[in-house]
Amino acid sequence: MTPPPSSAGKTWDAIVVGAGHNGLVNACYLARAGLDVLVVERNDWVGGAATSRSLYPGFLYSNCSYVCSLLRPEIMRDLELPKHGLQVVPYEGGVILKQDGGYLGTFRDHDAHRREIGRHSLRDAEAYDRYSAEVIRQCRFIRPFLLRTPPDPTSLKPRDVQELLYLGRKFYDLTETEMADTVRFWTMSIAEFLDEFFETDVVKAGFCISGIIGTALGPLSPGTAYVLLHHYMGDVDGAIGAWGFARGGMGAISESLASSFRASGGTVRTGASVDKVLVENGRATGVVLDGGEEIRGRLVVSNLDVKRTFLKLLEEPQLPADFVKKVKNFKIRGSSGKVNIALDGLPDFPALPPSAPFLRGDMHFTDSVERMEGAYDDWKAGRWSADPFLDMMIPTTIDPTMAPPGKHFMSCFVQYCPPKVEGHDWTDAERDGFAKTVVDQIAEYSPNFKDLILHMEVRTPREIERETGLTEGNIFQGELTFDQLLFNRPVPGYAQYRAPIGGLYMCGSATHPGGGVMGAPGRNAAAEVLRDLKKPAKDMSDAYPVL
Amino acid sequence: MPTPSFDAIVVGGGHNGLAAAALLGKAGRRVLLLEAADAVGGAARTVDLAPGFRVPEIAHLANRLHPEVVRRLDLKRHGLAFAATNLATTSLSVDGRPLTLAGAFGERLEGDIAEAERVAWAALRGKLLRFSGVLAPFLSQVPPRLKNGGIADMMTLGKLGLGIRRLGRDDMREFLRMVLMNIADVLDEEITDDRLRAAVAFDAVLGTSLGPRSPNSLMTLFYRLAGQANGVQAATALPRGGMGAVVAALASAATASGVVIRTGAGVASILVEDDRATGVVLASGEEIRAPLVASAMNPATTLLSLVGARHLDTGLVRRLTHVRSKGTVAKLNLALDGPPPFTGLGAEGLTGRLVTAPSLQAIETAFDAAKYGRYSDEPALEITVPSATDPALAPAGQHVVSINAIYAPFRLKPDSEAGREAFEARILAVLERHAPGIGSRIVAKDFLTPADIERRHRIPGGHWHHGELSIDQMFMLRPVLGLAQYATPLAGLYLCGAGSHPGGGVSGAPALNAVSRILADGKGSSLFAAGGKSRR
Amino acid sequence: MRRALPREHFEKPLWHTPFHPRIAALMTHEQWYGWGGYLSPQVIRDEEMEYFAIRNAASLFDVSPMVKYRIAGPDAEAYCDRLTVRDVSKLKPGRVHYTAWCDDEGKVLDDGTLFRFSPTEFRLCCQERHLPWLLDSAIGYDVEIAEVTEDIAALSLQGPTSYAVLRDAGFAGIETLKPFDIRAFETAAGPVTVSRTGFTGDLGYELFVPPDQALALWDLLWTAGQLHRIVAIGFAALDLARLEAGFIMAGSDFVPAEHAIRADRRRSPYEIGLGWLVALDKPRHFNGKRALAAEKAKNAFRHCLVALDIDGNVPAEHALVYHRGKREVGHITAAAWSPTVKRNIALASMTRPYGDTVVNDLWVEIYALRELVYSKSLVRARIVERPFFNPKRRSATPPGVF
Repeated sequence: MTPPPSSAGKTWDAIVVGAGHNGLVNACYLARAGLDVLVVERNDWVGGAATSRSLYPGFLYSNCSYVCSLLRPEIMRDLELPKHGLQVVPYEGGVILKQDGGYLGTFRDHDAHRREIGRHSLRDAEAYDRYSAEVIRQCRFIRPFLLRTPPDPTSLKPRDVQELLYLGRKFYDLTETEMADTVRFWTMSIAEFLDEFFETDVVKAGFCISGIIGTALGPLSPGTAYVLLHHYMGDVDGAIGAWGFARGGMGAISESLASSFRASGGTVRTGASVDKVLVENGRATGVVLDGGEEIRGRLVVSNLDVKRTFLKLLEEPQLPADFVKKVKNFKIRGSSGKVNIALDGLPDFPALPPSAPFLRGDMHFTDSVERMEGAYDDWKAGRWSADPFLDMMIPTTIDPTMAPPGKHFMSCFVQYCPPKVEGHDWTDAERDGFAKTVVDQIAEYSPNFKDLILHMEVRTPREIERETGLTEGNIFQGELTFDQLLFNRPVPGYAQYRAPIGGLYMCGSATHPGGGVMGAPGRNAAAEVLRDLKKPAKDMSDAYPVL
Repeated sequence: MPTPSFDAIVVGGGHNGLAAAALLGKAGRRVLLLEAADAVGGAARTVDLAPGFRVPEIAHLANRLHPEVVRRLDLKRHGLAFAATNLATTSLSVDGRPLTLAGAFGERLEGDIAEAERVAWAALRGKLLRFSGVLAPFLSQVPPRLKNGGIADMMTLGKLGLGIRRLGRDDMREFLRMVLMNIADVLDEEITDDRLRAAVAFDAVLGTSLGPRSPNSLMTLFYRLAGQANGVQAATALPRGGMGAVVAALASAATASGVVIRTGAGVASILVEDDRATGVVLASGEEIRAPLVASAMNPATTLLSLVGARHLDTGLVRRLTHVRSKGTVAKLNLALDGPPPFTGLGAEGLTGRLVTAPSLQAIETAFDAAKYGRYSDEPALEITVPSATDPALAPAGQHVVSINAIYAPFRLKPDSEAGREAFEARILAVLERHAPGIGSRIVAKDFLTPADIERRHRIPGGHWHHGELSIDQMFMLRPVLGLAQYATPLAGLYLCGAGSHPGGGVSGAPALNAVSRILADGKGSSLFAAGGKSRR
Repeated sequence: MRRALPREHFEKPLWHTPFHPRIAALMTHEQWYGWGGYLSPQVIRDEEMEYFAIRNAASLFDVSPMVKYRIAGPDAEAYCDRLTVRDVSKLKPGRVHYTAWCDDEGKVLDDGTLFRFSPTEFRLCCQERHLPWLLDSAIGYDVEIAEVTEDIAALSLQGPTSYAVLRDAGFAGIETLKPFDIRAFETAAGPVTVSRTGFTGDLGYELFVPPDQALALWDLLWTAGQLHRIVAIGFAALDLARLEAGFIMAGSDFVPAEHAIRADRRRSPYEIGLGWLVALDKPRHFNGKRALAAEKAKNAFRHCLVALDIDGNVPAEHALVYHRGKREVGHITAAAWSPTVKRNIALASMTRPYGDTVVNDLWVEIYALRELVYSKSLVRARIVERPFFNPKRRSATPPGVF
């Protein structure tokens, strides 16, 4: 815990509540623009859900978020994150293990990947390029909007009208087919979308993965095609849709941000839980910590999700009734859990050829769209999936820093996992039952897996919320459905990062463009703060042009 | 005998085919309408179930017959009358506490329900009606091209934008937020009463491959609410004489405008010469020529089977083969030797529309089964007792009951006759629970799964709408990109059935729009120069 | 296509063709590249010598990686006619033609050669993979389509002495084989299908055998070729020869429409100099016909492909083309100094009307790397006829012995 800085009684230019990656990105930009910024964080460490924690001797756990792709290159460069220690290494392959003993791998090499799909279907192998082209076309269309404040379509202010026109023009630049594809991407289910390209179930299941991760929807739910785009919008050094590991775990991202922030003169105070936002004369003027300490600031930026910000840090009467209702109705649905495991060695997967790079990437055990959808049905009924979908990684196959030599850290992202079990709070026994489905699933394909387990951290939405403060443990701070995207995120009329209270801003993933360790909400919110202060944004790049 | 020559051939004598033929006839064209079955009417027919018992074979309610079709064809003069308008919907409950949504889309709630719930419902209902009202004008519009469409298309899009703007700021925000939501989330935000939630969710998902929790299921409710019956938005009505009366009125209007109707004349193929449609070939081998062919059949059937992929580009073929059109509704028609004994429902209640769905979650569970090719163990039902309103449909004191049941997967896994029978039994079991003793009163029945509907009516997938009403298959994308303006790549060939915008239901709207497109195309062409002035 | 066995495709993603042992034995500099998933020689010994073998003697190039589809069935002709832009009813059995195929919007998906072996059997050879498109195009046709790339080993024997090589190798009657003819020959290496086709614009043949006959065929040609200065070549030499011949290549001079990410990169046949292929008047409908007819009627082409003769001798690869030295009007898709015609030649994709009606005052901005420094020059370019090189021996039947 950081001791309180010896600046009692001082008024900060800005107080950022929560040292998640977006809070830190926001704070960095504000500090670089010359503001005197304080970040207050409840935990004793920074990073929110982008952390590396030592939960077992000798091991670092990326215990929440576990892979990196979406962090905008503009932000990494603006904030000099590599100088502050950030390194992102792409991963090498991936695999889906099939119930019949077979597998479908992914390879970075185009020919190898085509032939791998061709083992299952020649037609699908040759359909792959057309599918990729279609996805990339849509990503190229969306990308420029990530670093722009969404316009209010009901507003006639010049800035909103101008921005709407920009959006309209970009849309009109598309061909008619691309426009139709845009509509299709925003409204179709990922499974139906894939049906138009592929015939093999396991191939479709492979592409469905990005359509469901982090959402409380199944692959057959309309809208999941967009979720896929959301996961493809990132890149690793220009390789669109590629994912990688942050060296030293996801905490390396937060640590580099914190370091960059401090280098710009910012102050981080950990172990300081904010109880209330101070509001005087309708303006936010600081925060009150648990225990009553008051810290004053000319403005407050909240990195917390909207429910936590407005329903916990503020009182209902301080806010417009309609706004409160919208916030209450904002859909933050816990749909995933996490099982983090320290392993005594690398597990065997006898079905996989040892020469393949499959363990140096994402591994899955759900080989059909139906099984994936079935896992979702359990969630809808308020249960964890009996046959869960796992996005499993062993980052230590690439990153030597996270475990002692020869030992491994395994991260299992698990869907679906409800925020409450059939309406009641999770019990520890239920949590263990949830973990068992995960361990059993892996053990089905890896006979020595159970014996290698040294330590296991099991996190249902309850544990995730407890540690990170993410309501219901939702990794995106709110569902990525159209009613909560763009100008609707988080609440129509309040999508431009400003809260209904003067001097209070939002910068978390609950704002546009949404979740994933992207940093865009934090950066965009900083742009709005500085616009209000009429201060030029220093070191803030516009979105790189899409050539 | 010289074959009379026609200006246009309409393929398919369902309500849209009849409407298109009649509208073209009114515009002075000499029209031949060809229907494969022995009678016109398609899925809107009223048929004999047993001696003295007449039932709506598939469609059993009028909730979207387009007023412009009624007006232009003067259907009232041709015998269209309603036995009941503004039908109430009653959400049945096994414990005998039915909730009745009286008037159009629950204008009034009748039954024991909390006052707060009434207030919340009134607000939500108002909002949903306003929002669907924004979309209503587009039911009778030729969808614009997304690009390079010209000024008229820009105007149409502009009108949509303006319609949304006119809602006012708060409503506009709500509209843009809610438009792609699912009905369950919408109801979760406002309504707690299970009966009410179930009844509204049921309306949203009936006839679609969506569950209440599937995103976009609000849009299908908007589609329903954008319709009207007898001048009242979102209302439901029963024509006198059953749904067949709508068909009869359309047929009468068609005949009056000179349309020649030939039944028992299935079209085997559409003649194509020099990249234009020049007529049809019947199953008998008979060739009939006309410079214009309008098909009310399914778009994929029309283009892939009747025209043939050889005349089309591969991209279009690809899109047509991917149109999602798997029906989810089974139909069970019953003849009873007495009134159906629904618990807690008086004789008055029988004249309305009954819905059995214990809760929204129950509908969702019913839907889950269908995703995997299983029928719902606890199907949700929409029940009408047409003879309660129109006693002529059954012998005195006896009744016919018409039931839509969801969810019925198009293809059961495994596909078997036993599965079909088991589903029928599940429907009867649900019915029995709400109307104990009804089973012993059945004297005749007819059960149609989507597969049966496909067989009987040449509707692919047995889908009510000839293609799922999902946003990627709506408006400018219905049936597929490039065909949404009713014209096809072949000159002289048009689509005018439910597979085109705006979709299914007994509306006549696709025909209305198609004919307006046909007439616009005909302007200036020598072919129709004469037709224009001989408007009758 | 054979389904890959587990492992072999990722442990060695570039597979070996059936001729690999012979090529590997000749290879001195290990200059390989990947062609469609196969290890293919870029240069075997000496690029310049390999080029001159094409123009001066006989060259042997392994074209096995070329993608091949077998199309067979009662509707095969109707199907091919619908698929491609040329009139396939005019393609007689035993003949090949060069063709292209388009999507609905009339944009080129690929170009290639269509072989007709019999009234009901065809083979389509091309650069890109199209199985889904070919299968979807077959809806409504009684036709079978199979990917047969791996079932057929193929060699391209090109150059003035190529006829003599075949004659001496025992291809009896080869002298009567006319350009674009196909015929089967009984040889010491077993039955070999030969077409008088190629990608060099010179006298030449392409030979097809089952993979297990591949090495025997190579050896047969190699032995017979010794007196005729046969040389095994890599792609670099071929690429130069094809430019002299004015041939275009998918992925180089145009982007296949289905894989184009940027819509403005797609081209209609008219925009890449393939307008002469498009048989708008053929009786059957074909993919893209309506769009192409409309484009032609409205003269709505946005681009055109031109052959350029550029001042100086510095190859203009990747250069931009300017009008009056100022306005950017196109870009070079392929360029080289031609050793045979002694001109600085290039193909360029131009934005109309430049290259079409505005043909004068065109300039090319060339960046030439000279001792680590780019030296920039703006030089004049003139539009000239394609091909740059078109020797009489290419089409003479019987071919001469050179």
